[in-house]
Amino acid sequence: MKYTKDHEWLRVEGELVVVGITEHAATQLGDVVFVELPEVETMVAEGDEVVVIESVKAASDILAPIDGEIVAVNGKLVDNPALVNEDPTGAAWFFKLKIDDLAVLDDFMDEDEYNELIG
Amino acid sequence: MAEELKRLGLHDLHLELGGKMVPFAGYEMPVQYPAGVMQEHLHTRAAAGLFDVSHMGQVILRPKGSMAELAAALEALMPVDVLGLAEGRQRYGLLLTPAGGIIDDLMFANRGDHFFVVVNASRKEVDIAHLTEKLAGVAEVLPVTDRALLALQGPQAEAVLSAHVPVAAMRFMDVAVLPSAFGELWISRSGYTGEDGFEISVPNSGVEAFARALLADRRVLAIGLGARDSLRLEAGLCLYGHDMDEGVTPVEAGLGWAIPKVRRTGGARAAGFPGWESVLGDFEGHLSETRVGLRPEGRAPMREGTTIYDGDRRVGSITSGGFGPSVGAPIAMARLKIDVTAPGTQLTGEVRGKRLPVTVCTLPFHPTTYKR
Repeated sequence: MKYTKDHEWLRVEGELVVVGITEHAATQLGDVVFVELPEVETMVAEGDEVVVIESVKAASDILAPIDGEIVAVNGKLVDNPALVNEDPTGAAWFFKLKIDDLAVLDDFMDEDEYNELIG
Repeated sequence: MAEELKRLGLHDLHLELGGKMVPFAGYEMPVQYPAGVMQEHLHTRAAAGLFDVSHMGQVILRPKGSMAELAAALEALMPVDVLGLAEGRQRYGLLLTPAGGIIDDLMFANRGDHFFVVVNASRKEVDIAHLTEKLAGVAEVLPVTDRALLALQGPQAEAVLSAHVPVAAMRFMDVAVLPSAFGELWISRSGYTGEDGFEISVPNSGVEAFARALLADRRVLAIGLGARDSLRLEAGLCLYGHDMDEGVTPVEAGLGWAIPKVRRTGGARAAGFPGWESVLGDFEGHLSETRVGLRPEGRAPMREGTTIYDGDRRVGSITSGGFGPSVGAPIAMARLKIDVTAPGTQLTGEVRGKRLPVTVCTLPFHPTTYKR
């Protein structure tokens, strides 16, 4: 598992990168009540806002961590946004990204580095 | 320039309880505890929630002459019935600008030889200056600085508080001064959640022991500002600086109910308060906009500032909005042009560039359970 400074986790699944938010991010957000997912087959660039998450308190975004194509989204989150708080690093993945070169993942933090970030 | 944030008397207890502290109205306040906004909200509706509202202003108005003279002077500042308020009772009041805009909303209680007033934290300096100026000659305006203020809200609040002081006989908006192990408690049967409950002024010296005693009861959970906001929104209650301000008259803010017949046109003590021409005109067909409830379709919350449209015409904006945990759906209040305020009217709200359907509805979103 790799991590971004925006508190996303990235997990390689075959040729794809699965993206979600960390437990730390889910706790900070509080109870999630709404998730808006992107369309599949959308091309995204690093930094694009691709997901909207609303908690009881406020709205926030998930940004595309890498250039690529959205090839799958987790529709369960639309019907059950609370899954983001219940299982942020498992069942509550947000989207799967097809990217050119999985080697770019080496540039992201590993678990120790991420834990240091959130200290 | 950022002013130093003030700390509540219970600051260390909030940290001990795992409170996440945020700046609010010049204070460091707990926005939520580990249970989270959703659970805190639902717990308050199911059992009892304890809120630290010590940031609010507590003020005593002590008459220099008679109480009747002071009551009359207060009626010259607020469009409400002060003269008719019996000893041991509390009412909701509004301080108005000369144009009829809302300086603040407040609770005032007749305590026999003086009035006790509770005002919003963000407005207490403005209010105290206003009252001191306008009541010069008839009352001393005495800010109470040696007391904290707690709210205990929810269906179990009476049972919990009764272990410490006899409050079961109190009705909604009654006030009482009662001795306790924590010092003299100034209690009102009121609150801002839509639930039955109490607001309790307690000496600073006794507040921590009192709060710990209440929290030791398994029915009680500490509740932060986040749930306080979702609870009051579900109850259809206004928040100063959001649903009302100095540019909004009482009827525009949907607070016409707070103005009794006796102060309206034709009443025995009609008018005679700041901005009465404009405020009473609002009752006589001059109203151009007012506050309503909105139910967004779907699950996306619509937050404060969201623009509301009737077709292509902009008809107002959301003044408070979010998710209602007891309603289980997004809810909002908006100030809209009067011709689109009938319940059932279909409008749209613009969220992230998309116009999403909303329906005008009556308030509150969640039924209130005051013990009348």
